[in-house]
Amino acid sequence: MSLSIDDVKRIAHLARIRVDAEEAARYQAQLNGILGLIEQMQAVDTAGIEPMAHACDVQQRLREDTVTETDRREAFQAVAPQAEAGLYLVPKVIE
Amino acid sequence: MQHASLKRLATLLADGKASSVELCQDYLERIERLNPHLNAFISVDRARTLAEARAADARRAAGETGPLLGVPIAHKDIFCAEGWRTTCGSRMLADFVSPYDAHVIERCKAAGMPCLGKTNMDEFAMGSSNETSYFGLVKNPWDERAVPGGSSGGSAAAVAARMCPAATGTDTGGSIRQPAAMTGITGLKPSYGLVSRYGMIAFASSLDQGGPMAPSAEDCALLMNVMAGFDARDSTSLEREPEDYSRDLDKPLDGLRIGLPREYFGAGLAADVGRAVEAAIAEYRRLGAETVELSLPNTRLSVPVYYVLAPAEASSNLSRYDGVRYGHRAAEYADLTDMYERTRAEGFGAEVKRRIMIGTYVLSHGYYDAYYLQAQKLRRLIAQDFAEAFRRCDVIMGPTAPTTAFDLGAKRADPVQMYLSDIYTIAVNLAGLPGMSVPCGFGEDGRPVGLQIIGDYFSEARLLNVAHQYQLATDWHARAPVL
Repeated sequence: MSLSIDDVKRIAHLARIRVDAEEAARYQAQLNGILGLIEQMQAVDTAGIEPMAHACDVQQRLREDTVTETDRREAFQAVAPQAEAGLYLVPKVIE
Repeated sequence: MQHASLKRLATLLADGKASSVELCQDYLERIERLNPHLNAFISVDRARTLAEARAADARRAAGETGPLLGVPIAHKDIFCAEGWRTTCGSRMLADFVSPYDAHVIERCKAAGMPCLGKTNMDEFAMGSSNETSYFGLVKNPWDERAVPGGSSGGSAAAVAARMCPAATGTDTGGSIRQPAAMTGITGLKPSYGLVSRYGMIAFASSLDQGGPMAPSAEDCALLMNVMAGFDARDSTSLEREPEDYSRDLDKPLDGLRIGLPREYFGAGLAADVGRAVEAAIAEYRRLGAETVELSLPNTRLSVPVYYVLAPAEASSNLSRYDGVRYGHRAAEYADLTDMYERTRAEGFGAEVKRRIMIGTYVLSHGYYDAYYLQAQKLRRLIAQDFAEAFRRCDVIMGPTAPTTAFDLGAKRADPVQMYLSDIYTIAVNLAGLPGMSVPCGFGEDGRPVGLQIIGDYFSEARLLNVAHQYQLATDWHARAPVL
């Protein structure tokens, strides 16, 4: 299995990363190298083995459904690229 | 002062022979002198450090005591610290001043440990050489032609150069142990869940774990006492009784069973590293330990499994960098999608983009079973190898890395070669086990060698004991480069 230039461009778009033609060619070679390494996994028969999602098989904790955070909107919006009147500003998405 | 252990610095402070302000001034001077060469720190803020030191001195004057009150520390720039620029080694966060503290930072502040600065690292902790940092590469204090290892390369170099008495690090696939080995210091990657990930910028959440880096195991034990603890804000933080990780340091090693996996001593291991590790194991036999040969048959698969799971988790975690709520935003864009794509193209470096794309691919429709699910199944086999091994031994030993620190630039162009340098450390993260690296000599090139010690879940106190007893019998950990 190896990725074509179009595959690379599609993946980059899914990942919301702009790539130009020259970058796409470079990533194609590098990603295929990495996928070649990953391919080794396919040689192992894993039928009947339970997938392991996490290091410790513990239950997720539940907590009371109460407010635990204080209002820090100003501090958090102070680090935003563009905020105004308590809102984050983005390019127009609805015509 | 710069070669004093945490315990010694704490004693000086307790006896009134030094103040925290004096200690911090000493270290800041050394940082100012050495950082232009080594680039171990991304941010240094003299006024802020000294204010924290004065506060520690005031606490002591008011009668407060505490094992590390007033002892300074450096933090990997992956830990959010309020008021400090927190970059994670990325252009994406180059101007991000954190509005809050990570749990680890809160605990260090509560212990009264002033922050000497934020250390350099591979971008978003993705790298094994500290060459992917937006803020420039870090040089190995033992040899400026060599990498310091990564991703906690700045913390490792800063401790090795004695620019700080200890530092925090994080380890997702070896990022505490491998740079510790390459710079001749001691590092501990704790069992998954002991150190809160709250405020520790996420890379691969099921693998990431913070831990201490310092010259000696005793130092690491004292720092681990500060760093570890339950935190409800991290959903995988474990509720366990607090422990004193230094409680077993002085126990003798008689009867210790050391497992030696044959996969860690085979092809790919440099001869000089192998000799230093064998000599360390011989020292352990003199200290009363016995050795058991065993096998971890799935070791070979740990690198491919890791390079599915870690990028998959990273592609999800790093989707938050969209140029909307914090971090970099492209200056020009046509619409919202274009804003995302340009922001992320400009904000992320090449290695981060590669991993996000690999992660996106392996999680994409039609490939999930073949990659992600298969990797999770193999992860279980790798964890079972260790469970089997720990029926026959108390700790596992081997090299931390297959070679000493490689030359700057040597592996930069070939990601796969770079990934293979973590062959001995990655499986420990996949299993969630604790692991250490302890300095055990030097290679033919004069660069340090690390001995890796792996333990069963929650055996940190035992690992630190095993490392400390070796350090009482040897002086590799006490050696520092002349700078």
